[in-house]
Amino acid sequence: MAVTTYSGAEQYNFDIVKKFAIMSLVWAVIGMFVGVYIASELAWPFLNFDSPYFSFGRFRPVHTTTVIFGFGGSALFATSYYVVQRTCQTRLISDGMASFTFWGWMAIIVLADISYVLGHTQSREYAEMEWPIDILIEVVWVTYLILFVGTIMRRKQPHIYVANWFYLAFILATALLHTFNNLAMPIDLFSMKSYSLFSGTQDAMVQWWYGHNAVGFFLTAAFLGMMYYFVPKQAGRPIYSYRLSIVHFWALSFMYMWVGAHHLHWTALPDWTSSLAAAFSILLLMPSWGGMINGIMTLSGAWDKLRTDPVMRFMIVALSFYGMSTFEGPMMSLKEVNALSHYTDWTVGHVHSGALGWVAMITFGSLYHMMPKLWDTKIYSNKLVEAHFWLATIGIVLYIVAMWISGITQGLMWRSFDEFGNLQYSFVESVVAMMPFYAMRAIGGMFFLTGTVLMTVNMFMTIRQGKRESAALDARLAAKMAHA
Amino acid sequence: MNFNFKHEWIETNIGLMSVLTMLAISVGGLVEIAPLFFIDETIEKVEGVRPYTPLEQRGRDIYQREGCYACHSQMIRPFRDEKLRYGHYSLAAESQYDHPFQWGSKRTGPDLARVGGKYSNEWHVQHMVAPRSMVPESVMPNYPWLLSTPLDISDITNRLKALRKVGVPYSLSQAEYDANVTKFGETVAGQLHIPDAQKNLIEQANFGNYDGDRTGISEMDALVAYLQVLGTMVDFSKYTDDAFVEFR
Repeated sequence: MAVTTYSGAEQYNFDIVKKFAIMSLVWAVIGMFVGVYIASELAWPFLNFDSPYFSFGRFRPVHTTTVIFGFGGSALFATSYYVVQRTCQTRLISDGMASFTFWGWMAIIVLADISYVLGHTQSREYAEMEWPIDILIEVVWVTYLILFVGTIMRRKQPHIYVANWFYLAFILATALLHTFNNLAMPIDLFSMKSYSLFSGTQDAMVQWWYGHNAVGFFLTAAFLGMMYYFVPKQAGRPIYSYRLSIVHFWALSFMYMWVGAHHLHWTALPDWTSSLAAAFSILLLMPSWGGMINGIMTLSGAWDKLRTDPVMRFMIVALSFYGMSTFEGPMMSLKEVNALSHYTDWTVGHVHSGALGWVAMITFGSLYHMMPKLWDTKIYSNKLVEAHFWLATIGIVLYIVAMWISGITQGLMWRSFDEFGNLQYSFVESVVAMMPFYAMRAIGGMFFLTGTVLMTVNMFMTIRQGKRESAALDARLAAKMAHA
Repeated sequence: MNFNFKHEWIETNIGLMSVLTMLAISVGGLVEIAPLFFIDETIEKVEGVRPYTPLEQRGRDIYQREGCYACHSQMIRPFRDEKLRYGHYSLAAESQYDHPFQWGSKRTGPDLARVGGKYSNEWHVQHMVAPRSMVPESVMPNYPWLLSTPLDISDITNRLKALRKVGVPYSLSQAEYDANVTKFGETVAGQLHIPDAQKNLIEQANFGNYDGDRTGISEMDALVAYLQVLGTMVDFSKYTDDAFVEFR
């Protein structure tokens, strides 16, 4: 029998957490590299290389799927399995089911990416996977739900910790959204091709109900779950307000599902639907900021940590970006603003201030906290964490500023008239005006990607260090036992 | 009645919490989506909109496959600049047979909802193969393989049958065909008859000669046929300016 150095190996299933955490970083590097590549295709179109496989249209979902579901999804599996075990003080109910979710999820990302470059797509943004992959997702997801809820049922504490509420809402909502958005009729049992059950207006509404709540639950509620565990842990302080967490949890869960139609302002969708969505989008500011305030104020009394602890800095910057993009979002859902911003790069910038600023940064912070613990060691290099932080932050700022300028420029150029009442610019003039900003965006992306590579190296060295330390400890103990 | 609610009840009971969460997240979608299937005004009453011919539908499949929607919208908004640039704002009726919709969310390139008839077939072919030869500042990828890849027409009946199952009025039986004759006229009804799909597809491709090459049917033939029909089905000269306002 191996000599046990305490790592919770018996009490908890950390093996599955380790696997997902490592793959989260692997997908981050791949997905962000593809992101930089497609950003560069827009700035320098020769990069499409006359190849069907790497042309922008087929390659874009490879980027979105790999970062959202590969990087983000793996990080959520890893942290939710970690958090649910620690807060319920019990082991996951089944190692086999956990393992199935891992291999299933990895297969989904690989199959999806390959199928996109081969031209199989439902053309539903963030749900491009064709029907056989959708069925696999459904199976893996139900397994995840059973595993998660089953583990909570075996908890040793009467109370369910707040982080788990958010993870639960995320799992339930994703199941609901995925199921209805992917209803489709395959043309043949042996063909990847299918046609959506819905058409036109209704189809658009279902897709953006899904699309915005992929943001609302996959990229927000779930990462709030992450925040509710790792921010207090890293700060060494309790959550600022228990009452606020209750109010904003229920408000967020209820309201998010109403706002999808703000992606369809001024379209052929009836006005009543998009107006309703706009109203709820404004209301949503409050629960969103509830989460931000609860996170940031958790640090009150420990503000000095911002100076001394680079991991804490990731988390606080993440919450700040969360606050910023959840302010920007409601603003863009106002019809007047949307008339300018829709169809432009502003939307792309907004998504990335949420995705890079909030989702990626809170994930980095949480992984920096969790991974050394999993391998029972310290972070290999705090200097690298510091460097990562600045590369990531500068990268985001470059990215967002570039997209703000290009988006607003596009919007204004499209709607400007000359003194005779004719359109002042042809469309392609607006394309030309974008070029410097497309280049700037690609450079911002490169900064961010470089930071992620540094983190991956740092974590690889941390794991090696942890293994070396535990081997050394084992050897010492074995030697002691032999002497005794 | 003394009802003293405590959140503790919920947070100590995973079953109750799951049910309440499920309720909370279901309301929004139910209220906003379900009525769209029942409220009559959702789709405008307008003449001319028909399902795609087999060749156009195959073109649409290719449009979807190449991810064109990532850079081109098909949804003109009711603004003065969009009317001047693209034409009459898009109607819900115009995409009523679109499974899936291709409204898009981004205009890296221009809107295509009414691109049909704006350019010649030759222009489209050349532009697709080498966009910068037509528009030097364009950032669109080249699509040379569309011209060199023969169109797969072997599964066209399966495709139309699947579309029929989700509600597009392609006809299988004589009765369905007759209904289409009443609704769309004889020419269109013939195009929508699934047993003749392959024959119709070949005829349209040969007659239209969209890619300028008569030796075979390429993916380019289908894609150009699709682009050329976009936004052309409704004759807006037949309607007054505010004819569609009540549907908004």
